[in-house]
Amino acid sequence: MNPVLKLLLEGGSLTTVQMAQVLNLTEAEVNQQLEQLKQQRIFLGWRPVLNLSKEDAGAVRAVIEVRITPERGGGFNRFAERISRFDEVESCYLMSGGYDLLVFVTGASLQRVAAFVSEKLSTIAGVLSTSTHFLLRSYKEQGYLMDAPAEENDRLTVTP
Amino acid sequence: MDSNRFIARHVSTLPKSGIRDFFEIVAKMRDVISLGIGEPDFVTPWRIREAAIFALEKGKTHYTSNLGLIELRRAICRYVGEHYGLSYDPENQVLVTVGVSEAIDIALRALVNPGDKVLFHQPCYVSYHPSVTLTHGVGVPVPTMAADHFALTAAALAAAWQPGCKLLLLNLPCNPTGGTCSEEQLGQIAQFCVEKDLLVITDEIYSELTFEGQHVSIARLPGMTERTIFLHGFSKAFAMTGWRIGYACGPAPLIDAMMKVHQYSMMCASILSQEAAIEALLHGEDDVKRMREQYHRRRDFVVRRFNEIGLSCHLPRGSFYAFPSVAATGLGEREFAFNLLEKERVAVVPGSAFGENGRGFVRASFATGYDQLVEACRRIERFVAARGSGR
Repeated sequence: MNPVLKLLLEGGSLTTVQMAQVLNLTEAEVNQQLEQLKQQRIFLGWRPVLNLSKEDAGAVRAVIEVRITPERGGGFNRFAERISRFDEVESCYLMSGGYDLLVFVTGASLQRVAAFVSEKLSTIAGVLSTSTHFLLRSYKEQGYLMDAPAEENDRLTVTP
Repeated sequence: MDSNRFIARHVSTLPKSGIRDFFEIVAKMRDVISLGIGEPDFVTPWRIREAAIFALEKGKTHYTSNLGLIELRRAICRYVGEHYGLSYDPENQVLVTVGVSEAIDIALRALVNPGDKVLFHQPCYVSYHPSVTLTHGVGVPVPTMAADHFALTAAALAAAWQPGCKLLLLNLPCNPTGGTCSEEQLGQIAQFCVEKDLLVITDEIYSELTFEGQHVSIARLPGMTERTIFLHGFSKAFAMTGWRIGYACGPAPLIDAMMKVHQYSMMCASILSQEAAIEALLHGEDDVKRMREQYHRRRDFVVRRFNEIGLSCHLPRGSFYAFPSVAATGLGEREFAFNLLEKERVAVVPGSAFGENGRGFVRASFATGYDQLVEACRRIERFVAARGSGR
């Protein structure tokens, strides 16, 4: 794996200056590599991981199982890409099993999400059915535990 | 009443660990970045912790066999077979101990007669020499040098050897130096041991954290399996220091002798730690690999920075310690450590805490997050630069 990428994954919140020091590169080189990774569409972008239950304006999130009819020539891809382009859609995956697409949706309210499903998603020609599940509570988000206290700061300061 | 007169002579004359007084000072200070910690910064992988919780739920709260759970001993035999090419019988050649520290203690108590001499390379882990002294043995340090990347050489061993030497204690890769031996160097040491009829106790606790080349155990070399007690544990590779769990493998009569001491002193290792250890051996490989890769990159960073700063530092082939020389600053290792702590709030351990041969060096652990390492190096650089301009 590209060392810059590896450090992004394990280095927590290092600045590019610090990353440069760790990797023995100049800051410009780190930025250049990040840029290159972006161009290759490997590194897609930065996003904070939030505990939304602590944020007053917490959004409503839902997972939607979508069954579709694959198209001749395009398979599932054209539908999946079309659905993915909606701002409400956070993530979209092609699945094996009882349905075809798994779509993670975020909306300001339950009504907004419901409106998206009934007006946008299910009206797309080729969508056979949708099944919407609202997320009630998050325990772990992209590798971060929501409510667990920090674990690692009880080491003694000097040990043999 | 003076209670001191009740203390045994060999204990009252035993010096306290050089790390202790340093710890007392650091513990009272705030905002210190500590590179003085001899344990992983990772918490034990969850799957291992979960195995212990599950064991507790199942009511595993009893004594185990003195030797340890047979499932664990079997898993140990498989593991040391696959990783070290060593073959032991789980029935009578493996003993599960309360960390490698206990294994060292009971090995020495089982083997050393008063006055027997025990060779060990130095700088070394703080407990080796005192453990020998506590058995009324005589410790014989063998110096290792920065010029040899702190590998033990057969020549140094031969020079230190004296009549009455019975045991050789090895710790490769070594805490505090990160030094280790090539297979060729080990071969020469093995030959010397056969020649002088020395029994080897080899503490290979850092062996999974070997960054270049394959780790080789001396126990695997020709003629050595029958004259080696192989000690290993879970603390470093699996980030399980607080679980206190380790093991000894060796010839059945020696393991049996150690078991006698163990059964009258410790009885058995904690059953929960043993259950966790089984999970670690069976499914912990990926976690070990992940942590090793991180230590590897941190090592490259820290060692490169020390050399840039002007603290000459050899590239440790294993462990998570850098052992730079502070000679260029004109300070002794204790002065350096205390001044650095006072002026820049960075804690490193004076090399002399690991024996006379550690003079002029400090131990810096890189088992710490990148952000802390980057900041610590920045502060050390400022400290060294200020020394340079002040002189």
